[in-house]
Amino acid sequence: MTAAATAPPVRRHLHPPPVPASPFPYNPGSLLSVQDLTLEAVSHLLARASLLENLDPLLRDRILLKRRVALLFYESSTRTRTSFELAAKGLGADTTLVSNLSSSIEKGETLKDTGLTLRALGAETIILRHNSSGAPWLLEEATRLPVLNAGDGMHEHPTQALLDLRTILAHLHPRIEAISADTLAGVTVTITGDILHSRVARSNMLLLPRLGARVVLCGPAQFLPELATGAGPGISIERDFDAALQQSQVVMMLRIQAERLAGQRIDLEQYKASYQLTGQRLAAHAPSALVMHPGPIIRGLELTAGVADGSQSVILEQVRHGVAIRMAVVERALADSSTKAGCA
Amino acid sequence: MSALLIRNGHLIDPAAGVDGHRDILLKDGRVAEIAAAGKLKPTNGTESLDAAGLTVAPGLIDIHVHLREPGQGYKETIATGTAAAAAGGFTAVAAMPNTSPVNDSAEVTRWMLAPERGAHVRVYPIAAATRGSKGESINDFAALKSAGAVAVTDDGHPILKDSVMRETLTAAARVGLSVIQHAEDTRLTQGASMNAGPMAFKLGLRGMPPEAESSLVERDIRLVTELRDARSHLHVAHTSTAGAMAAVRQARRNGLRVTCEVAPHHFLLTEEHVGFYNTNAKMNPPLRSAADRDAMIEGILDGIVDAIATDHAPHATHEKEVEFENAPNGITGLETALGLCLLWLHKEWKLPLGRVLSLLSAQPAALLGLKGRGTLAVGSFADVVVFDPKAEWIYRAKETRSKAHNTPFDGWTMQGKVRWTISEGRVAYASA
Repeated sequence: MTAAATAPPVRRHLHPPPVPASPFPYNPGSLLSVQDLTLEAVSHLLARASLLENLDPLLRDRILLKRRVALLFYESSTRTRTSFELAAKGLGADTTLVSNLSSSIEKGETLKDTGLTLRALGAETIILRHNSSGAPWLLEEATRLPVLNAGDGMHEHPTQALLDLRTILAHLHPRIEAISADTLAGVTVTITGDILHSRVARSNMLLLPRLGARVVLCGPAQFLPELATGAGPGISIERDFDAALQQSQVVMMLRIQAERLAGQRIDLEQYKASYQLTGQRLAAHAPSALVMHPGPIIRGLELTAGVADGSQSVILEQVRHGVAIRMAVVERALADSSTKAGCA
Repeated sequence: MSALLIRNGHLIDPAAGVDGHRDILLKDGRVAEIAAAGKLKPTNGTESLDAAGLTVAPGLIDIHVHLREPGQGYKETIATGTAAAAAGGFTAVAAMPNTSPVNDSAEVTRWMLAPERGAHVRVYPIAAATRGSKGESINDFAALKSAGAVAVTDDGHPILKDSVMRETLTAAARVGLSVIQHAEDTRLTQGASMNAGPMAFKLGLRGMPPEAESSLVERDIRLVTELRDARSHLHVAHTSTAGAMAAVRQARRNGLRVTCEVAPHHFLLTEEHVGFYNTNAKMNPPLRSAADRDAMIEGILDGIVDAIATDHAPHATHEKEVEFENAPNGITGLETALGLCLLWLHKEWKLPLGRVLSLLSAQPAALLGLKGRGTLAVGSFADVVVFDPKAEWIYRAKETRSKAHNTPFDGWTMQGKVRWTISEGRVAYASA
């Protein structure tokens, strides 16, 4: 043993090794994170979504005629799975669904081997929903195919953020042609609820501020740690839901993700008293705000049935926008990489 | 046994206070003679190595490795792990007991030390502190010591109960064994796979708070303080947080026999190096914040840190090619430690070469009481590393002697190339 220094440590000026640049995405057609997209790429996707949505279905289904799209789902899903499938089919692609409950995944096949198997079967892109954060990165590295992240654990859900953006623009800027860094200047979007476990919250808080929006996160400390504001610029925390609503043009409600609580307990009555979106609360503090929810909604918990079905709710519109956005994202994935405009 | 003469090298032996050009004669596994360069001539039967322009130092000692035997030979064996050690300049390694079965008996300890294991360098088993490392009933430390164990620990299963830790410290002090603690309050780290902080939030991963480490180090130091037994020695394994380093610093100020080690990845990397879910940057304790990393560097430069230890933790490739939260903890380290220490601690951060080498040999030997190791004084074991201090090279994981490739340092620049590693007089490694 050496003698212990008795003086307090002196900060020296040291240069530590740099953090290496990320090799992701390997494939320019991949959409792993909203951060893979430049604003120009987002703008292009929004434009293609509108164009494809309005195209004659008989012309549209020639765009990806007989191309092979695999949907690989390790978690249950209604909206995301169906809309990706309808989007791919709407462009003429053949789709196949592999789910963890009816495949060799049950027998212990790894994500890597499942991905390589799908590639060997001719899949040209894989749409992945997975319960582990980061799984799309693993799949992309293993297969080098365009991988579309349809939700990974508590991490990201990039197509949800894109369809949420399209929904917001449809109401706040219905005639907009192209987006820019100040398209949503002056707009405050409050995201309320279980932020910690929400991939929808992460993708939105990383995307919307890049268009100038202010994102206010709202929820109890258990679901919203202070360090959440460090995720990116333009993010702040307001614990008082009424105060957050008063500032907001858009309010996104989130479900409490019971499946990800990992033993945490929550007092639901207290939670509802503080954070449930009720008709009374909405009328008092945000009578003209858009009410959004990525679904599935739990009526009577994070919001009342009256609010879900009310005139300010655009929850089902979001679902409709999902198909258009996912057509654009699948088209981008399978576009010839030499002519692609979407890669950051 | 034949003799080996190392001529014209620059001998640095911090423990003996030598720093100059010397010839060194090894005979029958021991250091036989040291003289000014050019004075010793090879006689008949004496092999001779020309070390002109090279540094000659006591063989390196890593007091924290996982050799995976018995039971997990697909990850690493004592033979392959010690081959990697020799390639990295190490002549002695202390092997952790989280094997299968757990090394909690004299029988397993002796099995590890048997010649059939094919060790290339000296192995010192560290035995489990409690039966099966379950943290309930302590093992027979006297029997373990006489079988060859040099310390006790439950490593990845830290001893949380105060009463058991107190009993462990007391019993180990009585027989003169060190108690090594992997400080992690596992009640605070359930389901977590990286450091708690903004990066974990961003990546959607559950985090291990730094307090899980520092609070247990503080608890252990309190128990040592209460014991009032001058023989008791607490060693903090792979220190990674500023809080734990501060606690060790304070304990030393209070005159306690509390030591600590730091792994190269904890003084070089931060949680940012996890990048997009790089499982080769996943270990326990995890890569921490920049402030924690800086505190490790400070601790090393200030002399609070007693040893650089790698926590060499080999895993099969297929085990790491999975979702981040499902990947096992640990990275390899034996072949990269010297190259990283020389480049960063010495060249970049100006820690004198003698102090770097001391942290890798003399101090860890003293810490675990490894007699005749960590110095090249006449009569010591003939454990020598000869390296070219000027050589810069790139580490390639695929060229490793280990069975495992799980390192975040693949492709990194290293300083100082090992030419020969000599273990008890035999050449255990020679570079091409």
